[in-house]
Amino acid sequence: MSVSPAAKKKKDQAANKKIIKLDATGAYYKDLNRKIRALAQEGARKFEINNVYGQRYLGTNLWGVEDREKISIRVYGTPGSDMGAFMDGPTLEVFGNVQDATGNTMNCGRIIVHGSAGDVLGYGMRGGEIFIRGNVGYRVGIHMKEYKDKIPTIVVGGTMQDFFGEYMAGGRIIVLNKFFDDNPPLRLSYFIGTGMHGGSIFVRGDVEAHQIGAEVGISEPTDKEWKEIEKYVAKYCTIFGLEKKQVKLLKREKFWRLSAKSKRPYGTMYAY
Amino acid sequence: MLTSLLPEFTVDRNEDRCIQCRVCERQCSFDVYTHDDDHDVMIHREENCVACQRCAVLCPTNALTIRNNDYTYKPNANWTREHIQDLKKQAETGGVLLTGMGCDKPHKNYWDHILINASQVTNPSIDPLREPMELRTFLGRKPDRLKMEKGKLQKIEYPGVELTTPIMFGAMSYGAISYNSFASLARAAYEYGTFFNTGEGGWPKELRKYGKATIVQCASGRFGIDLDYFNDASVVEIKIGQGAKPGIGGHLPGEKVSEHISQTRMIPQGSDAISPAPHHDIYSIEDLQMLIHALKEATDYRMPVSVKISAVHNAPAIASGMVRAGADIIVVDGIRGGTGAAPKILRDNVGIPIELALAAVDTRLRNEGIRNWASLVVSGGIRNSGDVFKAIALGADAVYIGTPALMALGCTVCQKCYTGKCAWGITTQDPYLTKRVNPEIGTRSLTNLLRAWSHEIMELLGCGGINAIESVRGNRLQLRGIGLEQWELDVLGIRGAGQ
Ligand code: SF4
Ligand code: SF4
Repeated sequence: MSVSPAAKKKKDQAANKKIIKLDATGAYYKDLNRKIRALAQEGARKFEINNVYGQRYLGTNLWGVEDREKISIRVYGTPGSDMGAFMDGPTLEVFGNVQDATGNTMNCGRIIVHGSAGDVLGYGMRGGEIFIRGNVGYRVGIHMKEYKDKIPTIVVGGTMQDFFGEYMAGGRIIVLNKFFDDNPPLRLSYFIGTGMHGGSIFVRGDVEAHQIGAEVGISEPTDKEWKEIEKYVAKYCTIFGLEKKQVKLLKREKFWRLSAKSKRPYGTMYAY
Repeated sequence: MLTSLLPEFTVDRNEDRCIQCRVCERQCSFDVYTHDDDHDVMIHREENCVACQRCAVLCPTNALTIRNNDYTYKPNANWTREHIQDLKKQAETGGVLLTGMGCDKPHKNYWDHILINASQVTNPSIDPLREPMELRTFLGRKPDRLKMEKGKLQKIEYPGVELTTPIMFGAMSYGAISYNSFASLARAAYEYGTFFNTGEGGWPKELRKYGKATIVQCASGRFGIDLDYFNDASVVEIKIGQGAKPGIGGHLPGEKVSEHISQTRMIPQGSDAISPAPHHDIYSIEDLQMLIHALKEATDYRMPVSVKISAVHNAPAIASGMVRAGADIIVVDGIRGGTGAAPKILRDNVGIPIELALAAVDTRLRNEGIRNWASLVVSGGIRNSGDVFKAIALGADAVYIGTPALMALGCTVCQKCYTGKCAWGITTQDPYLTKRVNPEIGTRSLTNLLRAWSHEIMELLGCGGINAIESVRGNRLQLRGIGLEQWELDVLGIRGAGQ
């Protein structure tokens, strides 16, 4: 059955306007995700899920859904681990905290968290954006990577923990270290960027040599990078309803860029 | 060149036969030969020779013989030549010794201590040339019991895959091996009705048409992974470990990361492709369960999820956890499993032989009543169809072969894969060398190998009066041990020959 482009457009517009509300109380994650999948396949684009309580893998099971980058899901409650794992296009916005492994190996799309995130956020992330209003746990951004202009980005409003950006191979992470809470930067965590061989971490606050991996160099952000930082912080403000002009209060000299000293950190480890 | 090392091999050129065609010079990728134009003779730098035999095989007049150098240090049972030379290399470089291929140490090979039964008189043997023989193999979770409704068998609710023979090509990534080798494996598996495994280096788009014959890996480096990668395949495999280097990750050196490889892995050209030692989202069985189900979600529960570990001391308990975590297929890779590059000290000392691990895992899962929850695939040291048969009788559903497949493509097991100079064009990305594997011929050699082994397995079945591989699975009564201690017989769950 063929649909005329005009009819399709009309259908899309209707679907876009309509917000599908789901109640996740007591729902098994598999059933919940399959329901979202089925509705998305029928054309639904906007979801609001209430009473989310530990259900995992939100946003994962949407492969093959047409225009899945237009899907947006507002999540109220506390979703389970691996939210947005392998996600490829949709937007997830969580009004609460998220658990571990959020955005695991994510390829494309956007995750917004109006709260804090657990451990292993954005592991192996390859594209898309993650904005965390609050703090993040341990092992965040491990082995993020990039390819040409596909550069994944994580913005963290609060603080980070140890093993941040380990084995990082690409991408960018910006850590504001509680700037918008009017807090002075806290001391950062340890083992930052161990094994790093690509990408950049921009942090507000001082970093001591003993806090970073041997493969990491500390420098100042370049002009171009500073523009990027400002751009992402402006986005952060828009998303979380903060006044955009606050971006101007960010002091460039307070920011450090952590990046790999070499694309080949282990090149000399071997005999012949 | 380092002076304190003796050449390992000698190049003997029969000058009466040599016609100065300089084929050897062009074929050797290890810089052994140069031509001395002034004197019109070939010069040998024997210290570079790795005994890959490329030159000897291609020499049109058979003028070349590559043999062990018969120099000797003072013979010493403790300090062998290998130990002395390794030590000197390390004193000179301060580096970790790398190697390629599987462990070459004489750890006891249990396949050689297991014998197969045949029928005589009381149970007629079967001739596979005149009677049907079934090698078809199904991988995936099996139900606890079959359900019948109105006299009809109900559909099995778990996703599974079908193989025409219980032999698959094990994980070898594009990057570790050349494109032509990778494509040959994909095509051969497709044509023969079995599977190849992409390894962890991504899956080029133009080979997605072999998806029905493809197992894709999700390893700690997460290279080249997106939802299409999973969904275009038939099985997704989580790689935890590999027999050649249990417990460590991998470093594909930047110089091997060419344009096409960088595109396939989705990392910048020339940057090291580093796989961390563990998956940093898996620190426990519960975490493994989380990733298994993430992959099931990502593929809408359409395909089995496999988990691969290396054979380590407590493999049975880990396997039990893997099955309970929801793995539909578990893969155990033994100490003799191959690799493109691994620290020699790990390859030769870490892990256990697959024969023992396989028997122990199968026994454990049976005792726990969960053997049908997952299929068991083993790899690492399978050399011929007899080994395949024995593996299945010990409890495996199927095997992966890696080294034998590369041998079908030309490999002579010189163990220099990690140098990226493979003279047979297999474990290299040098365009001058990769042309040496022709995908048409490679595909044919690989399907020949599968056909030959499959037929031999039918013969082995037939001689035992059995007409389906299914009847051999875990049928350890078909096996007897020879030259084994009681504890070994106990682990293998077989009786001694004559018992
Ligand atoms: S081709 Fe191989 S066997 Fe021949 S000289 Fe070179 S390394 Fe040695
Ligand atoms: S693949 Fe090449 S380098 Fe590796 S063992 Fe075989 S012949 Fe040698």
